[in-house]
Amino acid sequence: MEQLQAVIQPPALRAVPGATRTKLKVERVSFYYERFKALQDISLEIPERRVTALIGPSGCGKSTLLRIFNRMYDLVPGSRAEGRVILDEATDIVTTHDLLGLRRRVGMVFQRPSPFPMSIYDNVAFAPRLLGWPRRRVEETVERSLRDAALWDEVKDRLKSPGVALSGGQQQRMSIARCLAVNPEVILMDEPASALDPVATLKIEDLMSRLAERYTIVVVTHNMQQAGRVADYTAFMLMDPVQRFGELVEFGPTVELFNRPRDQRTEDYITGRFG
Amino acid sequence: MRRQRRLARDLWFRFLIYVAAVVALLPLSLVLAYTISNGWRAAMQPDFYLHFERPEGIPGAGVQHAIVGTLELVGMASLLAIPVGIVVGTHLAEYRQHRWATWVRLAGDVLVGTPSIAIGLFAYALLVAPFHHFSALSGAGALAVLMLPVVMRTTEGALLLVPVGLREAGLALGLPRWRVALQLMLRAAAPGVVTGALLAVARAAGETAPLLFTSFGNRRLVFNPAEPMQALPLTVFHNALTPYKDLEDQAWGAALLLVVLVLIVNLASRFALRRQLALAGRGTS
Repeated sequence: MEQLQAVIQPPALRAVPGATRTKLKVERVSFYYERFKALQDISLEIPERRVTALIGPSGCGKSTLLRIFNRMYDLVPGSRAEGRVILDEATDIVTTHDLLGLRRRVGMVFQRPSPFPMSIYDNVAFAPRLLGWPRRRVEETVERSLRDAALWDEVKDRLKSPGVALSGGQQQRMSIARCLAVNPEVILMDEPASALDPVATLKIEDLMSRLAERYTIVVVTHNMQQAGRVADYTAFMLMDPVQRFGELVEFGPTVELFNRPRDQRTEDYITGRFG
Repeated sequence: MRRQRRLARDLWFRFLIYVAAVVALLPLSLVLAYTISNGWRAAMQPDFYLHFERPEGIPGAGVQHAIVGTLELVGMASLLAIPVGIVVGTHLAEYRQHRWATWVRLAGDVLVGTPSIAIGLFAYALLVAPFHHFSALSGAGALAVLMLPVVMRTTEGALLLVPVGLREAGLALGLPRWRVALQLMLRAAAPGVVTGALLAVARAAGETAPLLFTSFGNRRLVFNPAEPMQALPLTVFHNALTPYKDLEDQAWGAALLLVVLVLIVNLASRFALRRQLALAGRGTS
Protein backbone atom coordinates (compact mmCIF):
# COMPACT_ATOMS: atom_id res chain seq x y z
CA MET A 1 0.00 0.00 0.00
CA GLU A 2 2.79 2.37 0.81
CA GLN A 3 4.24 1.64 -2.56
CA LEU A 4 0.94 2.35 -4.24
CA GLN A 5 0.62 5.67 -2.48
CA ALA A 6 4.03 6.63 -3.65
CA VAL A 7 2.78 6.16 -7.18
CA ILE A 8 -0.27 8.31 -6.65
CA GLN A 9 1.56 11.11 -4.88
CA PRO A 10 2.74 14.08 -6.88
CA PRO A 11 6.31 13.79 -8.02
CA ALA A 12 8.77 14.29 -5.21
CA LEU A 13 11.44 16.07 -7.11
CA ARG A 14 15.06 15.12 -6.83
CA ALA A 15 17.75 17.56 -5.93
CA VAL A 16 19.84 19.19 -8.63
CA PRO A 17 22.36 16.47 -9.48
CA GLY A 18 26.07 16.94 -9.20
CA ALA A 19 27.70 17.52 -12.55
CA THR A 20 29.46 14.68 -14.34
CA ARG A 21 31.14 14.54 -17.70
CA THR A 22 29.14 14.16 -20.89
CA LYS A 23 28.55 10.58 -22.00
CA LEU A 24 26.50 11.21 -25.13
CA LYS A 25 26.88 14.48 -26.96
CA VAL A 26 24.01 14.93 -29.40
CA GLU A 27 24.84 17.53 -32.02
CA ARG A 28 22.25 18.84 -34.44
CA VAL A 29 20.63 15.50 -35.07
CA SER A 30 17.87 15.24 -37.62
CA PHE A 31 16.19 12.03 -38.67
CA TYR A 32 14.29 10.91 -41.71
CA TYR A 33 12.02 8.02 -42.62
CA GLU A 34 12.31 8.02 -46.39
CA ARG A 35 11.51 11.67 -47.16
CA PHE A 36 9.56 12.31 -44.01
CA LYS A 37 11.49 14.30 -41.44
CA ALA A 38 10.87 12.84 -38.00
CA LEU A 39 13.37 14.81 -35.90
CA GLN A 40 14.64 18.31 -36.40
CA ASP A 41 17.98 19.60 -35.28
CA ILE A 42 18.31 18.16 -31.81
CA SER A 43 21.26 19.00 -29.58
CA LEU A 44 21.77 17.98 -25.97
CA GLU A 45 24.43 16.55 -23.70
CA ILE A 46 23.57 13.44 -21.73
CA PRO A 47 25.67 13.23 -18.57
CA GLU A 48 27.46 10.10 -17.45
CA ARG A 49 26.05 7.97 -14.61
CA ARG A 50 22.82 9.89 -14.38
CA VAL A 51 19.26 9.12 -15.39
CA THR A 52 18.09 11.25 -18.27
CA ALA A 53 14.43 11.13 -19.25
CA LEU A 54 12.99 11.97 -22.65
CA ILE A 55 9.40 13.08 -22.22
CA GLY A 56 6.73 14.46 -24.48
CA PRO A 57 3.40 13.54 -26.05
CA SER A 58 2.99 10.70 -28.54
CA GLY A 59 4.59 11.31 -31.89
CA CYS A 60 7.17 13.78 -30.61
CA GLY A 61 10.03 11.51 -31.66
CA LYS A 62 11.40 10.59 -28.25
CA SER A 63 11.59 6.89 -29.09
CA THR A 64 13.15 7.70 -32.45
CA LEU A 65 15.83 9.74 -30.72
CA LEU A 66 16.49 6.89 -28.30
CA ARG A 67 16.87 4.43 -31.15
CA ILE A 68 19.51 6.60 -32.74
CA PHE A 69 21.73 6.07 -29.70
CA ASN A 70 22.25 2.38 -30.48
CA ARG A 71 21.42 2.50 -34.17
CA MET A 72 18.33 0.33 -33.82
CA TYR A 73 16.86 2.45 -36.61
CA ASP A 74 19.13 0.55 -39.00
CA LEU A 75 16.45 -2.14 -38.97
CA VAL A 76 13.99 0.23 -40.64
CA PRO A 77 14.68 0.42 -44.36
CA GLY A 78 14.86 3.93 -45.72
CA SER A 79 15.66 5.60 -42.42
CA ARG A 80 18.56 7.99 -42.10
CA ALA A 81 20.11 10.15 -39.40
CA GLU A 82 22.00 13.39 -39.85
CA GLY A 83 24.24 15.16 -37.38
CA ARG A 84 26.50 13.62 -34.77
CA VAL A 85 26.11 11.68 -31.55
CA ILE A 86 29.48 11.47 -29.86
CA LEU A 87 29.99 8.70 -27.33
CA ASP A 88 32.74 9.39 -24.78
CA GLU A 89 34.10 12.27 -26.83
CA ALA A 90 35.42 9.78 -29.34
CA THR A 91 33.00 7.60 -31.30
CA ASP A 92 30.40 9.10 -33.61
CA ILE A 93 27.43 6.77 -33.22
CA VAL A 94 25.74 7.98 -36.40
CA THR A 95 28.62 7.03 -38.66
CA THR A 96 30.34 4.17 -36.83
CA HIS A 97 30.75 0.92 -38.71
CA ASP A 98 31.20 -1.16 -35.57
CA LEU A 99 27.49 -1.69 -34.92
CA LEU A 100 27.97 -4.78 -32.79
CA GLY A 101 30.53 -3.09 -30.59
CA LEU A 102 28.30 -0.05 -30.27
CA ARG A 103 25.29 -2.08 -29.21
CA ARG A 104 27.34 -3.87 -26.61
CA ARG A 105 28.34 -0.52 -25.14
CA VAL A 106 24.87 0.96 -25.50
CA GLY A 107 22.30 -1.61 -24.40
CA MET A 108 18.56 -1.35 -24.68
CA VAL A 109 15.49 -2.42 -22.73
CA PHE A 110 12.20 -2.36 -24.56
CA GLN A 111 8.65 -1.49 -23.64
CA ARG A 112 7.43 -5.05 -23.80
CA PRO A 113 9.65 -7.54 -22.04
CA SER A 114 10.65 -10.13 -24.60
CA PRO A 115 11.80 -13.27 -22.82
CA PHE A 116 13.76 -15.56 -25.10
CA PRO A 117 12.12 -19.00 -25.42
CA MET A 118 14.52 -20.64 -22.96
CA SER A 119 15.26 -20.84 -19.24
CA ILE A 120 15.90 -17.82 -17.05
CA TYR A 121 19.56 -18.77 -16.81
CA ASP A 122 19.89 -19.21 -20.56
CA ASN A 123 18.17 -15.89 -21.19
CA VAL A 124 20.88 -14.02 -19.33
CA ALA A 125 23.67 -16.33 -20.49
CA PHE A 126 22.61 -16.13 -24.14
CA ALA A 127 24.79 -13.26 -25.31
CA PRO A 128 27.84 -14.10 -23.13
CA ARG A 129 27.83 -17.64 -24.53
CA LEU A 130 27.58 -16.46 -28.11
CA LEU A 131 30.46 -14.12 -27.39
CA GLY A 132 32.46 -17.19 -26.48
CA TRP A 133 33.11 -16.40 -22.84
CA PRO A 134 34.42 -19.29 -20.75
CA ARG A 135 31.92 -21.22 -18.67
CA ARG A 136 33.01 -19.87 -15.32
CA ARG A 137 32.79 -16.31 -16.50
CA VAL A 138 29.32 -16.91 -17.93
CA GLU A 139 28.16 -18.33 -14.61
CA GLU A 140 29.52 -15.38 -12.67
CA THR A 141 28.02 -12.98 -15.17
CA VAL A 142 24.56 -14.50 -14.88
CA GLU A 143 24.57 -14.23 -11.10
CA ARG A 144 26.00 -10.73 -11.06
CA SER A 145 23.54 -9.49 -13.70
CA LEU A 146 20.54 -11.00 -11.96
CA ARG A 147 21.67 -9.50 -8.66
CA ASP A 148 22.17 -6.10 -10.25
CA ALA A 149 18.72 -6.33 -11.79
CA ALA A 150 17.26 -7.10 -8.34
CA LEU A 151 15.92 -10.42 -9.53
CA TRP A 152 18.42 -12.91 -8.11
CA ASP A 153 16.64 -13.60 -4.83
CA GLU A 154 13.38 -14.30 -6.59
CA VAL A 155 14.74 -16.70 -9.17
CA LYS A 156 17.91 -18.25 -7.76
CA ASP A 157 16.10 -21.50 -6.94
CA ARG A 158 14.48 -21.85 -10.35
CA LEU A 159 17.06 -20.69 -12.83
CA LYS A 160 16.18 -23.62 -15.07
CA SER A 161 12.50 -22.77 -15.41
CA PRO A 162 11.39 -20.95 -18.56
CA GLY A 163 11.69 -17.18 -18.68
CA VAL A 164 8.10 -16.84 -19.84
CA ALA A 165 6.91 -18.29 -16.52
CA LEU A 166 7.92 -15.07 -14.75
CA SER A 167 5.52 -12.20 -14.09
CA GLY A 168 5.62 -9.16 -16.35
CA GLY A 169 7.70 -7.13 -13.93
CA GLN A 170 10.12 -10.00 -13.38
CA GLN A 171 10.39 -10.52 -17.13
CA GLN A 172 11.31 -6.88 -17.51
CA ARG A 173 13.98 -7.16 -14.83
CA MET A 174 15.25 -10.28 -16.58
CA SER A 175 15.49 -8.22 -19.77
CA ILE A 176 17.53 -5.69 -17.83
CA ALA A 177 19.77 -8.46 -16.48
CA ARG A 178 20.24 -9.76 -20.01
CA CYS A 179 21.27 -6.30 -21.09
CA LEU A 180 23.66 -5.91 -18.12
CA ALA A 181 25.32 -9.23 -18.92
CA VAL A 182 27.31 -7.77 -21.80
CA ASN A 183 28.69 -4.94 -19.62
CA PRO A 184 27.14 -1.92 -21.33
CA GLU A 185 28.08 1.63 -20.41
CA VAL A 186 24.80 3.20 -21.44
CA ILE A 187 21.36 1.63 -20.98
CA LEU A 188 18.52 2.90 -23.12
CA MET A 189 15.04 2.21 -21.82
CA ASP A 190 12.01 2.64 -24.04
CA GLU A 191 9.04 3.06 -21.72
CA PRO A 192 10.29 0.16 -19.62
CA ALA A 193 7.41 0.24 -17.16
CA SER A 194 4.43 1.20 -19.27
CA ALA A 195 3.22 -2.40 -19.56
CA LEU A 196 3.58 -3.04 -15.82
CA ASP A 197 1.42 -2.61 -12.74
CA PRO A 198 2.27 0.15 -10.22
CA VAL A 199 4.23 -2.06 -7.84
CA ALA A 200 6.33 -3.58 -10.60
CA THR A 201 6.79 -0.07 -12.00
CA LEU A 202 8.18 1.16 -8.70
CA LYS A 203 10.65 -1.71 -8.61
CA ILE A 204 11.91 -0.82 -12.07
CA GLU A 205 12.23 2.84 -11.11
CA ASP A 206 14.10 1.89 -7.99
CA LEU A 207 16.39 -0.21 -10.07
CA MET A 208 17.05 2.64 -12.49
CA SER A 209 18.19 4.91 -9.70
CA ARG A 210 20.54 2.26 -8.38
CA LEU A 211 21.89 1.36 -11.81
CA ALA A 212 22.66 5.02 -12.42
CA GLU A 213 25.48 4.72 -9.89
CA ARG A 214 27.39 2.74 -12.50
CA TYR A 215 25.62 3.19 -15.82
CA THR A 216 24.37 6.08 -17.88
CA ILE A 217 20.63 5.67 -18.29
CA VAL A 218 18.40 7.27 -20.89
CA VAL A 219 14.73 6.53 -20.43
CA VAL A 220 11.79 7.38 -22.66
CA THR A 221 8.57 7.81 -20.74
CA HIS A 222 5.23 9.42 -21.34
CA ASN A 223 4.66 9.41 -17.62
CA MET A 224 5.77 12.74 -16.17
CA GLN A 225 5.56 11.56 -12.59
CA GLN A 226 7.97 8.83 -13.50
CA ALA A 227 10.38 11.32 -15.00
CA GLY A 228 10.05 13.39 -11.85
CA ARG A 229 10.79 10.40 -9.63
CA VAL A 230 13.73 8.85 -11.43
CA ALA A 231 15.35 11.34 -13.75
CA ASP A 232 18.21 13.65 -12.87
CA TYR A 233 17.85 15.38 -16.21
CA THR A 234 14.84 15.69 -18.44
CA ALA A 235 14.45 16.57 -22.08
CA PHE A 236 11.02 17.74 -23.17
CA MET A 237 10.14 17.15 -26.80
CA LEU A 238 7.19 18.20 -28.92
CA MET A 239 5.96 17.62 -32.43
CA ASP A 240 5.95 20.76 -34.51
CA PRO A 241 2.26 21.31 -35.29
CA VAL A 242 2.88 22.45 -38.86
CA GLN A 243 5.86 20.50 -40.13
CA ARG A 244 5.10 17.47 -37.97
CA PHE A 245 8.70 16.75 -37.02
CA GLY A 246 9.79 16.28 -33.43
CA GLU A 247 11.97 18.86 -31.79
CA LEU A 248 13.60 19.47 -28.44
CA VAL A 249 11.83 22.17 -26.48
CA GLU A 250 13.81 22.22 -23.30
CA PHE A 251 16.52 20.23 -21.59
CA GLY A 252 17.89 20.58 -18.08
CA PRO A 253 17.99 19.18 -14.58
CA THR A 254 14.61 17.65 -13.84
CA VAL A 255 14.02 19.78 -10.79
CA GLU A 256 14.51 22.97 -12.78
CA LEU A 257 12.50 21.82 -15.75
CA PHE A 258 9.59 20.92 -13.52
CA ASN A 259 9.77 23.92 -11.18
CA ARG A 260 10.95 26.71 -13.40
CA PRO A 261 10.32 25.78 -17.01
CA ARG A 262 11.83 28.34 -19.33
CA ASP A 263 9.50 27.61 -22.19
CA GLN A 264 5.77 28.27 -22.08
CA ARG A 265 5.08 24.98 -23.90
CA THR A 266 6.95 23.01 -21.24
CA GLU A 267 4.93 24.67 -18.55
CA ASP A 268 1.70 23.90 -20.36
CA TYR A 269 2.67 20.29 -20.68
CA ILE A 270 3.80 19.65 -17.13
CA THR A 271 0.88 21.47 -15.63
CA GLY A 272 -1.45 19.34 -17.74
CA ARG A 273 -2.78 22.17 -19.86
CA PHE A 274 -1.42 20.62 -22.99
CA GLY A 275 -3.70 18.97 -25.53
CA MET B 1 -42.60 -12.95 -37.21
CA ARG B 2 -39.21 -11.51 -38.12
CA ARG B 3 -37.68 -13.29 -35.23
CA GLN B 4 -39.05 -16.58 -36.44
CA ARG B 5 -37.67 -16.05 -39.90
CA ARG B 6 -34.34 -15.22 -38.44
CA LEU B 7 -34.36 -18.38 -36.35
CA ALA B 8 -35.36 -20.46 -39.34
CA ARG B 9 -32.54 -19.01 -41.33
CA ASP B 10 -30.12 -19.70 -38.53
CA LEU B 11 -31.28 -23.29 -38.44
CA TRP B 12 -30.94 -23.66 -42.20
CA PHE B 13 -27.38 -22.36 -42.27
CA ARG B 14 -26.42 -24.43 -39.32
CA PHE B 15 -27.71 -27.45 -41.20
CA LEU B 16 -25.64 -26.49 -44.25
CA ILE B 17 -22.53 -26.20 -42.13
CA TYR B 18 -23.03 -29.64 -40.66
CA VAL B 19 -23.59 -31.09 -44.12
CA ALA B 20 -20.39 -29.46 -45.33
CA ALA B 21 -18.49 -30.91 -42.39
CA VAL B 22 -19.82 -34.38 -43.11
CA VAL B 23 -18.96 -34.07 -46.81
CA ALA B 24 -15.45 -33.04 -45.86
CA LEU B 25 -15.01 -35.92 -43.45
CA LEU B 26 -16.64 -38.55 -45.65
CA PRO B 27 -13.81 -39.23 -48.09
CA LEU B 28 -11.28 -39.45 -45.27
CA SER B 29 -13.35 -41.92 -43.29
CA LEU B 30 -14.14 -43.95 -46.39
CA VAL B 31 -10.49 -44.18 -47.35
CA LEU B 32 -9.54 -45.14 -43.82
CA ALA B 33 -12.32 -47.70 -43.45
CA TYR B 34 -11.65 -49.27 -46.83
CA THR B 35 -7.92 -49.46 -46.26
CA ILE B 36 -8.34 -50.98 -42.84
CA SER B 37 -10.91 -53.54 -43.89
CA ASN B 38 -8.81 -54.68 -46.85
CA GLY B 39 -5.41 -54.31 -45.31
CA TRP B 40 -5.71 -55.68 -41.81
CA ARG B 41 -5.57 -59.33 -42.90
CA ALA B 42 -2.12 -58.93 -44.42
CA ALA B 43 -0.97 -56.47 -41.80
CA MET B 44 -1.78 -58.83 -38.93
CA GLN B 45 0.70 -61.46 -40.10
CA PRO B 46 4.11 -61.26 -38.38
CA ASP B 47 5.63 -62.48 -41.64
CA PHE B 48 4.43 -59.26 -43.23
CA TYR B 49 7.06 -57.33 -41.28
CA LEU B 50 9.78 -59.97 -41.16
CA HIS B 51 10.11 -61.23 -44.73
CA PHE B 52 10.57 -59.70 -48.09
CA GLU B 53 8.67 -60.42 -51.26
CA ARG B 54 7.92 -63.98 -52.43
CA PRO B 55 6.44 -65.18 -55.69
CA GLU B 56 2.70 -65.36 -55.77
CA GLY B 57 1.22 -68.49 -54.20
CA ILE B 58 4.05 -68.99 -51.76
CA PRO B 59 2.96 -68.05 -48.24
CA GLY B 60 4.94 -65.94 -45.80
CA ALA B 61 5.64 -63.00 -48.08
CA GLY B 62 6.20 -59.60 -46.49
CA VAL B 63 7.18 -56.01 -47.06
CA GLN B 64 10.16 -55.80 -44.73
CA HIS B 65 12.33 -54.63 -47.60
CA ALA B 66 9.83 -51.89 -48.45
CA ILE B 67 9.63 -50.68 -44.85
CA VAL B 68 13.41 -50.49 -44.61
CA GLY B 69 13.50 -48.88 -48.06
CA THR B 70 10.94 -46.21 -47.18
CA LEU B 71 12.77 -45.37 -43.96
CA GLU B 72 16.09 -45.16 -45.75
CA LEU B 73 14.77 -43.20 -48.73
CA VAL B 74 12.84 -40.70 -46.63
CA GLY B 75 15.72 -40.48 -44.17
CA MET B 76 18.21 -39.59 -46.89
CA ALA B 77 15.77 -37.16 -48.48
CA SER B 78 15.22 -35.48 -45.11
CA LEU B 79 18.94 -35.11 -44.53
CA LEU B 80 19.17 -33.36 -47.87
CA ALA B 81 16.03 -31.25 -47.80
CA ILE B 82 15.41 -30.24 -44.20
CA PRO B 83 18.67 -28.40 -43.40
CA VAL B 84 18.69 -26.65 -46.77
CA GLY B 85 14.99 -25.82 -46.49
CA ILE B 86 15.42 -24.35 -43.01
CA VAL B 87 18.38 -22.20 -44.04
CA VAL B 88 16.62 -20.96 -47.18
CA GLY B 89 13.41 -20.30 -45.22
CA THR B 90 15.39 -18.31 -42.66
CA HIS B 91 16.94 -16.31 -45.46
CA LEU B 92 13.50 -15.58 -46.88
CA ALA B 93 12.19 -14.37 -43.54
CA GLU B 94 15.29 -12.35 -42.75
CA TYR B 95 15.61 -10.63 -46.13
CA ARG B 96 11.95 -10.38 -46.86
CA GLN B 97 12.00 -7.37 -49.15
CA HIS B 98 15.07 -8.41 -51.07
CA ARG B 99 14.54 -9.02 -54.79
CA TRP B 100 16.42 -12.30 -54.59
CA ALA B 101 14.05 -13.48 -51.84
CA THR B 102 11.05 -12.73 -54.03
CA TRP B 103 12.45 -14.96 -56.75
CA VAL B 104 13.31 -17.76 -54.38
CA ARG B 105 9.82 -17.58 -52.91
CA LEU B 106 8.29 -17.76 -56.37
CA ALA B 107 10.49 -20.72 -57.25
CA GLY B 108 9.35 -22.46 -54.10
CA ASP B 109 5.71 -21.89 -54.92
CA VAL B 110 6.16 -23.23 -58.42
CA LEU B 111 8.00 -26.24 -57.06
CA VAL B 112 5.15 -27.01 -54.64
CA GLY B 113 2.78 -27.10 -57.59
CA THR B 114 5.04 -29.17 -59.84
CA PRO B 115 3.62 -32.65 -60.55
CA SER B 116 5.68 -35.16 -58.64
CA ILE B 117 6.11 -37.32 -61.70
CA ALA B 118 7.87 -34.40 -63.38
CA ILE B 119 10.22 -34.20 -60.41
CA GLY B 120 10.81 -37.93 -60.83
CA LEU B 121 11.69 -37.43 -64.48
CA PHE B 122 14.04 -34.63 -63.56
CA ALA B 123 15.81 -36.88 -61.05
CA TYR B 124 15.94 -39.62 -63.68
CA ALA B 125 17.62 -37.37 -66.20
CA LEU B 126 20.06 -36.03 -63.65
CA LEU B 127 20.80 -38.92 -61.32
CA VAL B 128 19.85 -42.11 -63.14
CA ALA B 129 20.58 -41.74 -66.86
CA PRO B 130 24.21 -40.64 -66.47
CA PHE B 131 24.96 -43.67 -64.25
CA HIS B 132 23.01 -46.18 -66.33
CA HIS B 133 21.21 -47.74 -63.39
CA PHE B 134 18.48 -46.98 -60.90
CA SER B 135 19.45 -46.16 -57.33
CA ALA B 136 17.91 -45.31 -53.99
CA LEU B 137 20.05 -42.18 -53.94
CA SER B 138 18.33 -40.80 -57.03
CA GLY B 139 14.97 -41.59 -55.41
CA ALA B 140 16.01 -39.72 -52.28
CA GLY B 141 17.08 -36.83 -54.49
CA ALA B 142 13.64 -36.68 -56.09
CA LEU B 143 11.91 -36.83 -52.71
CA ALA B 144 14.22 -34.10 -51.40
CA VAL B 145 13.22 -31.78 -54.24
CA LEU B 146 9.62 -32.50 -53.32
CA MET B 147 10.19 -31.74 -49.64
CA LEU B 148 12.36 -28.68 -50.05
CA PRO B 149 9.68 -26.08 -50.85
CA VAL B 150 7.42 -27.33 -48.06
CA VAL B 151 10.17 -27.01 -45.44
CA MET B 152 11.24 -23.69 -46.87
CA ARG B 153 7.85 -22.04 -46.82
CA THR B 154 6.75 -23.39 -43.44
CA THR B 155 10.05 -22.23 -41.92
CA GLU B 156 9.53 -18.78 -43.37
CA GLY B 157 5.94 -18.69 -42.14
CA ALA B 158 6.92 -19.80 -38.65
CA LEU B 159 9.65 -17.16 -38.43
CA LEU B 160 7.30 -14.41 -39.50
CA LEU B 161 5.04 -15.32 -36.59
CA VAL B 162 7.79 -14.67 -34.03
CA PRO B 163 7.22 -11.28 -32.36
CA VAL B 164 9.58 -8.60 -33.73
CA GLY B 165 10.48 -7.65 -30.19
CA LEU B 166 12.50 -10.82 -29.87
CA ARG B 167 14.63 -9.96 -32.85
CA GLU B 168 15.17 -6.40 -31.66
CA ALA B 169 16.09 -7.62 -28.20
CA GLY B 170 18.65 -9.99 -29.70
CA LEU B 171 20.17 -7.38 -31.96
CA ALA B 172 20.24 -4.81 -29.16
CA LEU B 173 22.62 -7.13 -27.28
CA GLY B 174 25.18 -6.54 -30.00
CA LEU B 175 24.81 -9.96 -31.57
CA PRO B 176 25.36 -10.41 -35.30
CA ARG B 177 22.28 -10.69 -37.43
CA TRP B 178 22.92 -14.25 -38.56
CA ARG B 179 23.31 -15.45 -35.00
CA VAL B 180 20.09 -13.78 -33.95
CA ALA B 181 18.36 -15.37 -36.93
CA LEU B 182 19.74 -18.87 -36.52
CA GLN B 183 20.08 -19.15 -32.77
CA LEU B 184 17.28 -17.01 -31.43
CA MET B 185 14.58 -16.62 -34.05
CA LEU B 186 14.72 -20.19 -35.28
CA ARG B 187 14.56 -21.40 -31.73
CA ALA B 188 11.45 -19.36 -31.10
CA ALA B 189 9.96 -20.61 -34.35
CA ALA B 190 10.94 -24.22 -33.68
CA PRO B 191 7.38 -25.55 -33.24
CA GLY B 192 6.35 -24.37 -36.68
CA VAL B 193 9.59 -25.46 -38.27
CA VAL B 194 9.33 -28.96 -36.79
CA THR B 195 5.74 -29.26 -37.92
CA GLY B 196 6.66 -28.21 -41.42
CA ALA B 197 9.51 -30.68 -41.58
CA LEU B 198 7.33 -33.54 -40.36
CA LEU B 199 4.61 -32.67 -42.85
CA ALA B 200 7.20 -32.78 -45.59
CA VAL B 201 8.39 -36.15 -44.30
CA ALA B 202 4.84 -37.47 -44.31
CA ARG B 203 4.30 -36.25 -47.82
CA ALA B 204 7.54 -37.76 -49.11
CA ALA B 205 6.80 -41.09 -47.45
CA GLY B 206 3.57 -41.42 -49.41
CA GLU B 207 4.89 -40.47 -52.84
CA THR B 208 5.07 -43.06 -55.59
CA ALA B 209 5.59 -41.15 -58.79
CA PRO B 210 9.05 -39.69 -58.07
CA LEU B 211 10.31 -43.19 -57.20
CA LEU B 212 9.03 -45.05 -60.24
CA PHE B 213 12.07 -44.45 -62.40
CA THR B 214 14.59 -43.43 -59.80
CA SER B 215 14.57 -45.84 -56.89
CA PHE B 216 12.61 -48.18 -59.16
CA GLY B 217 11.91 -50.90 -56.61
CA ASN B 218 13.53 -54.12 -55.52
CA ARG B 219 12.21 -57.53 -54.56
CA ARG B 220 14.83 -58.07 -51.95
CA LEU B 221 16.11 -56.29 -48.89
CA VAL B 222 18.97 -53.92 -49.71
CA PHE B 223 20.69 -51.27 -47.69
CA ASN B 224 23.11 -49.94 -50.27
CA PRO B 225 21.81 -46.57 -51.51
CA ALA B 226 23.53 -47.11 -54.87
CA GLU B 227 21.18 -50.01 -55.64
CA PRO B 228 17.51 -49.88 -56.59
CA MET B 229 15.39 -49.95 -53.48
CA GLN B 230 11.81 -50.83 -52.63
CA ALA B 231 9.45 -48.45 -50.87
CA LEU B 232 5.96 -48.95 -49.48
CA PRO B 233 4.18 -46.90 -52.15
CA LEU B 234 6.00 -48.92 -54.83
CA THR B 235 4.81 -52.15 -53.20
CA VAL B 236 1.26 -50.85 -53.30
CA PHE B 237 1.64 -49.79 -56.91
CA HIS B 238 3.20 -52.98 -58.24
CA ASN B 239 1.20 -55.50 -56.24
CA ALA B 240 -2.12 -53.81 -56.82
CA LEU B 241 -1.58 -54.18 -60.56
CA THR B 242 -1.18 -57.97 -60.37
CA PRO B 243 -4.14 -60.30 -60.77
CA TYR B 244 -3.15 -62.44 -57.77
CA LYS B 245 -5.20 -62.28 -54.63
CA ASP B 246 -2.32 -62.72 -52.19
CA LEU B 247 -0.29 -59.96 -53.82
CA GLU B 248 -3.27 -57.65 -53.75
CA ASP B 249 -3.62 -58.36 -50.06
CA GLN B 250 0.00 -57.39 -49.68
CA ALA B 251 -0.73 -54.13 -51.49
CA TRP B 252 -3.60 -53.36 -49.12
CA GLY B 253 -1.45 -54.22 -46.15
CA ALA B 254 1.30 -51.92 -47.37
CA ALA B 255 -1.23 -49.13 -47.94
CA LEU B 256 -2.53 -49.52 -44.40
CA LEU B 257 0.98 -49.49 -43.00
CA LEU B 258 1.72 -46.32 -44.94
CA VAL B 259 -1.40 -44.60 -43.62
CA VAL B 260 -0.47 -45.58 -40.07
CA LEU B 261 3.11 -44.32 -40.53
CA VAL B 262 1.91 -40.97 -41.82
CA LEU B 263 -0.56 -40.78 -38.97
CA ILE B 264 2.22 -41.41 -36.47
CA VAL B 265 4.34 -38.69 -38.02
CA ASN B 266 1.44 -36.27 -37.89
CA LEU B 267 0.71 -37.07 -34.27
CA ALA B 268 4.37 -36.70 -33.44
CA SER B 269 4.38 -33.25 -34.99
CA ARG B 270 1.37 -32.31 -32.88
CA PHE B 271 3.16 -33.50 -29.80
CA ALA B 272 6.34 -31.63 -30.65
CA LEU B 273 4.32 -28.51 -31.31
CA ARG B 274 2.60 -28.65 -27.96
CA ARG B 275 5.79 -29.12 -25.99
CA GLN B 276 7.57 -26.34 -27.83
CA LEU B 277 4.66 -23.96 -27.42
CA ALA B 278 4.68 -24.57 -23.69
CA LEU B 279 8.32 -23.56 -23.53
CA ALA B 280 7.67 -20.50 -25.64
CA GLY B 281 4.83 -19.57 -23.31
CA ARG B 282 2.14 -19.48 -25.91
CA GLY B 283 -1.22 -21.22 -25.74
CA THR B 284 -1.75 -24.72 -27.06
CA SER B 285 -4.58 -24.08 -29.42
